[in-house]
Amino acid sequence: MLELKDIVWRAPDGEAILKGVSLTVPDDTLMAITGPNGGGKTTLARVIAGLEKPESGAILLDGEDITNLNVTERARRGVSYAFQQPVRFKGLLVRQLLELAAGGEMGERRMCEVLSRVGLCAREYIDREVNATLSGGEIKRIEIATVLLRHTRLTIFDEPEAGIDLWSFGNLIDVFKDLREHMHGSMLIISHQERILQIADRIAVIAGGVLTREGAAGEVFPELMSDAGGNRACCGRREGFAG
Amino acid sequence: MNQILDGLLKMVSDWNGKFEGAFNIRENGGCAGRRSTEHIKIETKQDKPGLDIRILPGTKGESVSIPACVTHGGVDDLTYNDFYVGEDADVTIVAGCGVHTETGEPARHNGVHRFFLAKGARVKYLEKHVGTGKGAGIRRIDPVTEVFMEEDAVMIMETSQIGGVDSTARITHATLGKNAKLHIHERLLTEGVQQARTEFEVVMNGAGAGVDLISRSVARGDSRQSYRSVITGNAPCTGHSECDAIIGENGSVAAAPELVANNADAALIHEAAIGKIAGEQILKLQTLGLTEREAEAKIVEGFLR
Repeated sequence: MLELKDIVWRAPDGEAILKGVSLTVPDDTLMAITGPNGGGKTTLARVIAGLEKPESGAILLDGEDITNLNVTERARRGVSYAFQQPVRFKGLLVRQLLELAAGGEMGERRMCEVLSRVGLCAREYIDREVNATLSGGEIKRIEIATVLLRHTRLTIFDEPEAGIDLWSFGNLIDVFKDLREHMHGSMLIISHQERILQIADRIAVIAGGVLTREGAAGEVFPELMSDAGGNRACCGRREGFAG
Repeated sequence: MNQILDGLLKMVSDWNGKFEGAFNIRENGGCAGRRSTEHIKIETKQDKPGLDIRILPGTKGESVSIPACVTHGGVDDLTYNDFYVGEDADVTIVAGCGVHTETGEPARHNGVHRFFLAKGARVKYLEKHVGTGKGAGIRRIDPVTEVFMEEDAVMIMETSQIGGVDSTARITHATLGKNAKLHIHERLLTEGVQQARTEFEVVMNGAGAGVDLISRSVARGDSRQSYRSVITGNAPCTGHSECDAIIGENGSVAAAPELVANNADAALIHEAAIGKIAGEQILKLQTLGLTEREAEAKIVEGFLR
C-alpha cells in the first residue's frame, strides 16, 4: 500500500506545484490519476519514485517511510516508474537496457515475450541502440517493457499513451488489463485516456496542485464524463492520441 | 613467450595462444613470429622498418593480424606497414598495439599504416590500443593511418584506446574514389593526466563516395582531448561525422569539426555534442535499481561499446 501524506513540492522558481496532496493507493489496486495538464500529476509521480524531493509531507510504502530514500533505494524496495518522456542512451543496446531492468541476463525467448507484449518484434530491436533513431512510439514501448520486467509491488506509468499511435493503443490497453489481472501490488497510471480510466479500480483527479476528487472508478468516471460534456476541466480525451 | 607480451596480445588482438590466418608479431621492434598464407604474403621492408603485406585479388574471408607490443621502458619503436589489398578481396585486418613499462622509462610505439584498396576490395580494420604497467614512465602510442580507396572499395575501421595510454596523437587520412565507402568508429577513454589528440582528414574525389565518421570519447580526471576532423567533398558524395564526448571531473575536450564542399552535390553533415552524462540517464537506471555509480559505469560502457 502506498500512502502520500500532505505532499508539498515547489518548482525552483518558488511556484508551488503540489500544494498538500494526500492519497492512499491500496494493494491490488489500479489507480488512474487524471487532471488537466500542468496540474501536478507528473510531479507527483516523480516525487513517489524519488526523482524529486518533496518540501514537506511523507511517503509510506507498506507502512515504511520512504520519503528520505533515494531513487535506487526505492527501486530496490519495489517502486517502478515508466517515464513520460523516455530517456535515450547513445550506444546502449535495447538488449542491455532490458537486462538491466530484469537484473540479469535474459534469453532471446524472454526478450521476445516482453517486447511482443508491447507490440515490438525482438529480432528487429534487441541489437539496436536506445538512441534517437528510435521513434517516439518505439522508445515508449521499450520504456514500458523495462517496467514490466521488474514485477514490482508499485508500478507507476506516466502517460503511457503519449507518443503511441491509435492503431497500437488497443494493444496497450490489453497489456494493462493483463497486468491488472495478474497484479501483485499496486499500479498507478497517469492518463487522460478514457479507455485507461475505464479499466481502473479507482480514479484520482489532481488539478491546480491539489487532489480534487478520489473514489471508485464506477462513481468518478461518469462524473468526469458529464463534466467533460460541458466544462471539460480535466480529462476524457475520446480520441486515441494524447500528450 | 613472456607473460607481458601474452597479456598485451590478448588485450589488443584475438590472440588465444595462436592466430588464425596470417600474422606478424612485433615485439620491441623485432619479429616474434610470422606466418604468410597462400593468399596473404607478409614481407620485411628493405628500406625502412616495417612490413609489406600483399593480399591477393579475390581473397575472401581471411584475416591478418599484425600486433605490435612494447614490453618494457626505454623503447621508442617506429614501424611502417603497407597493406596492398587486391581487387575484390574481402578480409579482416587486426593491428593492435600495447605498450608496457614499469621502469619509469618511457615506452613508445609509432605505427604508420598505409592501406591501398584496389577496385571492389573490402577491409574490416580493427585497431585496439592499450597501455599497461605501473610507474611514472610515459606510455605513448602515435598511430598514423593513411587509406587510399579505389572505385567501389569499402573499409570499416574500428579504432579504440581504452585506458592506460598517457599520450597519443592519432592521425588518419583517407582518399576515396568513385563509390568508395569508408566507415570509421573511434572510441577513446582518457583518465588521470592523459592527453589525446585525434585528427581525421577524409577527401572524397569520386562520385558516389561516402564517409561515416563516428567518434565517441570520455575524458575523466584531469585528462585533455582534442578532436579535429575535415571532410572534403570534391564530387557528388555524402559525408557524415558525429563527435560525441562525455566529460567528467576536470576532463576537457576541444572539438573542431570542419566540412568542405567543393561540389554542389556534396551532402555533408556534422553533429557534435560535449557534456557530462545527462542527469535523466542516471535517474532512469537508478529507477531500475542501479546505484548512481553503477549507472554511470553502464552509461559509459554502452557509450564506448
